[in-house]
Amino acid sequence: MNTIKEIQEEIVGEFSMFDDWMQRYEYMIELGKSLPLIEEQYKTDDYKIKGCQSQVWVHADFKEGKVVFTADSDAIITKGIIALLVRSFSHQKPEDIIAADTQFIDEIGLKEHLSPTRANGLVSMIKQLKMYAIAYQAKANN
Amino acid sequence: MTNFPIDKIRQDFPILQRKVNGKPLVYLDNAATSQTPKQVIDCIVEYYSLYNANIHRGVHTLSQEATDAYEAAREKIRVHFNAKHPEEIIFTSGTTEGINLVAHGFSKRLKKGDEVIVSALEHHSNIVPWQMMCEETGAKLKVLPMLPSGDLDMKAYADLVNANTKLVFVNHISNALGTINPIKEIIEKAKSVGAAVLIDGAQAAPHIKADVQALDVDFYVVSAHKMCGPTGVGVLYGKKTWLEKLDPYQGGGEMIDQVRFEQTTYAGLPHKFEAGTPNICGGIAFGAAIDYMNTIGFEAIAQYEHDLLVKATQALLEIDGLKIYGTAKEKTSVISFNIEGIHPYDIGTIVDKLGIAVRTGHHCAQPIMDYYEIPGTVRASFAFYNTFEEVEALVQAVKKAKEMLS
Repeated sequence: MNTIKEIQEEIVGEFSMFDDWMQRYEYMIELGKSLPLIEEQYKTDDYKIKGCQSQVWVHADFKEGKVVFTADSDAIITKGIIALLVRSFSHQKPEDIIAADTQFIDEIGLKEHLSPTRANGLVSMIKQLKMYAIAYQAKANN
Repeated sequence: MTNFPIDKIRQDFPILQRKVNGKPLVYLDNAATSQTPKQVIDCIVEYYSLYNANIHRGVHTLSQEATDAYEAAREKIRVHFNAKHPEEIIFTSGTTEGINLVAHGFSKRLKKGDEVIVSALEHHSNIVPWQMMCEETGAKLKVLPMLPSGDLDMKAYADLVNANTKLVFVNHISNALGTINPIKEIIEKAKSVGAAVLIDGAQAAPHIKADVQALDVDFYVVSAHKMCGPTGVGVLYGKKTWLEKLDPYQGGGEMIDQVRFEQTTYAGLPHKFEAGTPNICGGIAFGAAIDYMNTIGFEAIAQYEHDLLVKATQALLEIDGLKIYGTAKEKTSVISFNIEGIHPYDIGTIVDKLGIAVRTGHHCAQPIMDYYEIPGTVRASFAFYNTFEEVEALVQAVKKAKEMLS
């Protein structure tokens, strides 16, 4: 398994093939279709991320010392964004997820989504994924 | 409409020259906040450059000049809304504060068994303060329902009003759908049982010149920033007889007559409700904004915006799968819509990349979204400085978004 850094570099490489925002968005929407989907039973308020205009649900499992994420959203741009995060964070160790930065979002030309006021809640999504990692790390240490 | 001086008007708004994401800005979020003409910007610059001072207390020249300008603005606003007395115009921080001020006053006057009526079309700011008031007093909150068209169900209203009704609060125009509500009829019916009425005029003020005496309304609240003025300032119109009865909302300087530790007596109107140093510059600039809009003329504005609305409605409806929410016969230049199978947030994101500012979401009116069983809408709201070319740009952008998102 590649490290988070390696995966993010791979994503940056893929996006560098496009020269305008429209193609980048289209690709992101495409990536959203490969998102490992959350099971229907978890599409509840408990798994919903607050602070998003669209609905976003994230679930995490802990398998063999690694966090495995599934997610979904009812908006396809949001689904693309969460897919990017899940792709870079899933199947990684909690401590690596906690330490990871998300600079790659800026590098692929989606900087506007990093603003804390942005209604898509990217910042909330990152926080939520890291919270899961912190929780599993605490559990593993007990 | 051919003789509307749109080119000249656009030159008054510096912000309309800027680009967003490399595209000329098309600003269609006017129901959230309007843009500011240079006449108002100049007024703000002049205030801070020439006569910035605290008002109503200093004897020095600057303080006098600032006081005169502030009170002159109050007078302009009085004339604009045709209030009988200048002291019926209370400066606030905006519509929300105006509503909270009245709700606070009524929380001392209502009791269990009393009923108040809210419409289903309200902005959260005209729901939550009253819910808090009801919790405190035990009064019952009843909802005047809406119809699929986005009109209020006036038959249901007639059944809701009874001898226990003490207060009715309805917006003049719905921010989410643009419906112009029949407030004259609503007020008359409420009066027949002696209930007071508060009209949230935030969305109406930029389009319609309300005459508070002709309406015989008890309270009418507006925000300056929806009508070419700055943010953080607004006005509560209240009938003098009511304002005299209501307790002050906030304590502080400026609202007192005499302060002793044993007892404080309050100042007369309007100062009783204007505790602390107000938004002096904002109040003066609000006056300038009203002057600006009156120079163009509200009838001409309404006609031009109606033409924009008709054109935009026709063009948008040609897009397959596009549905407009709020189809009342009487509506202002607001179009709330969705495209089948596409989330409004996605559409908003793509059209923003194309330089077009629209609002997406529930527009602080979740009960309306629940009624239609939708998460939200895309809302384009037009002002008198928008053009037919911008309507076309919106339509093209929405088509492009649909193509990308389908």
